[in-house]
Amino acid sequence: MPPPPRPKVAVFKFASCDGCQLTLLDCEDELLPLADRIEIADFREASSTVLDGPYDLALVEGSITTPSDAERIRTIRAHARALVTIGACATSGGIQALRNFADVAEYRRVVYARPEYLRTLATSTPIQDHVRVDFELRGCPISKSQLLEVLTAFLAHRAPNVPTESVCTECKRRGNVCVLVARGTPCLGPATQAGCGALCPSFDRGCYGCFGPQDTPNLPSLTGKLLELGMDRAALHRYLRTFNANAPAFRAAAEAVSATSGSE
Amino acid sequence: MTERTIAVDYLARVEGEGALKVRIHDRTVEEVELKIFEPPRFFEAFLRGRSYLEAPDITARICGICPVAYQMSACHAMEAGLGLRVDPAVRALRRLLYCGEWIESHALHVYLLHAPDFLGYPDALGMARDHPTLVQRGLALKKAGNALMTLLGGREIHPVNVRVGGFYRCPTREETDGLRPSLEAALGLAEETARFAAGLTFPSVDEQYEFVSLRHPDEYPMNEGAIVSSRGLDIPVGRYEEEFAELQVPHSNALHSVRTGTGSGSYLVGPMARYALNRDRLGPKARAIAQEIGLEPVVTNPFRSILVRSVELVQACEEALRILGAYRPPARPFVESSGPYEGARCIAATEAPRGLLYHRYRLDADGLIADAKIVAPTSQNQKRIEDDLRTVVGRNLDLDDAGLTTECERAIRNHDPCISCATHFLSLDVVRT
Repeated sequence: MPPPPRPKVAVFKFASCDGCQLTLLDCEDELLPLADRIEIADFREASSTVLDGPYDLALVEGSITTPSDAERIRTIRAHARALVTIGACATSGGIQALRNFADVAEYRRVVYARPEYLRTLATSTPIQDHVRVDFELRGCPISKSQLLEVLTAFLAHRAPNVPTESVCTECKRRGNVCVLVARGTPCLGPATQAGCGALCPSFDRGCYGCFGPQDTPNLPSLTGKLLELGMDRAALHRYLRTFNANAPAFRAAAEAVSATSGSE
Repeated sequence: MTERTIAVDYLARVEGEGALKVRIHDRTVEEVELKIFEPPRFFEAFLRGRSYLEAPDITARICGICPVAYQMSACHAMEAGLGLRVDPAVRALRRLLYCGEWIESHALHVYLLHAPDFLGYPDALGMARDHPTLVQRGLALKKAGNALMTLLGGREIHPVNVRVGGFYRCPTREETDGLRPSLEAALGLAEETARFAAGLTFPSVDEQYEFVSLRHPDEYPMNEGAIVSSRGLDIPVGRYEEEFAELQVPHSNALHSVRTGTGSGSYLVGPMARYALNRDRLGPKARAIAQEIGLEPVVTNPFRSILVRSVELVQACEEALRILGAYRPPARPFVESSGPYEGARCIAATEAPRGLLYHRYRLDADGLIADAKIVAPTSQNQKRIEDDLRTVVGRNLDLDDAGLTTECERAIRNHDPCISCATHFLSLDVVRT
């Protein structure tokens, strides 16, 4: 009997730094065994082979920032049985979503002498604002082990086991001394989704929220604590406005901080 | 046949999104356009108003392939503008971190992106079925580079441990000693890489390049040095914008960099430039392997860039081992600035795996960025890659469109373009008339 056909996996890129798809190539020990289990149908960064859809799994990196990309993601969705977004750009709009709070026409003039050559939208938005998404993998960049878990779960036809708790739980498991409580170092860990392994606190710095808000964050309490520690409002506002600035919980917290101060 | 157009809508095995259009009329190459349709992300605009301390983490996100390069150029720029002097051990650790990125990035390009062109495969996964040890060697080398970045930076993509003034936490000697066995093995694998690359078959091409790179008094350039060129330029980094300018062209989202006042203005940064201008600064093992494989002192055949990357792999492994051997943790992991910030002009260039990466910032009284300018390696090479393409198309006019397209894609991959970075940066479109 011939072996069952391998599932067709495709990797697509929108506005991004390429780091999340590179995470797949960074699985040095797992890459070749994985390639025996799946058929890479479209992965332009790594291969010249391009097979037509439909795909069993589409991994999507990047955010929607141009009119043509807003069309392209619909076509990809129509050809994908399952669609998983990978990384902060795809799940929240990424650092380029800072334009959502600014005047894009002015941004264009700052960077480009001839802004009329550009085709760009006023916003950077996550993939789920445009099409149905089956699973979102957080992080800037995503975690290698979480990516492998998503692929393994997909091959086993089960749901991925990716925790939605806070970075604090990972700090406790690592036995880190709390940088916020013990040293007064600003840390977004209590409101940020786990997945990195509490990397920043393990390097003596506060978490900067690159995995986005956890599922039940108490941001009013956390921002109150950070102000109490002496962080100034403008700095706190910037702290919430980085790689997941457009994630609803971080966006609302930043707006609350600037509303209290009466300025943005 | 009079008019011929070749279009490649989406280049494979390059980092980011690009396309190529070539127009041929009566066996004359009339137009070559390397298009970068990577959507603009406006980093230089939203950096304004951010603290100088945020620049390393934010600019890292310009490129997932070379985040350390962005972090290094940003840190050095701020430190230069604020007069901060880092501990010599911190300086050595930065160089070690950069070695990790060079090893990871060069191994990725040599084995996963470039080698399949020479051996006739669409990708490294296909190549692995026939040449498993070859691909495994590349992955092992890549992993050694990533291990360095993970120890020093916390993770290989967008490391968290780099800051203006140094590191958040410096590793212990026990931690750095733990890396030595894997790097000693990597050094051997890098030498094997050069021997493998030397056995490949290369088309005979001889281009006239103006090479541009950093040059340091006694080191192979990485974190600092003067900007020099093969046509006699030798300037401090602070004068970069007097000699180089960025132009915008309608067909691309990437700005084209040119050397002002030199005719076409195209120039080349990256491994070929660094090697041509700094061969005398290679370590003994890198120099020995270059000699063993018979590498010419100046490489002008872009297909042979794979050999130069291999020599630089040896260099980076050798240098990393040297630093590991001498490492003593600094008294303090970082130094801080207390200002004044007002009007500070913060300028630096470092050598990303793909070449010179220039950052310039001006700060306000609160230490916030008033304006920023970032010039990535690929936007500097873009015009020069178009020149290479003219040669390749001119030499291969008798090929059919599919064959010509393959040759063009190879010519582009020779320079390891990283298109995500080049935006402010590629489909092939060949029109034959």
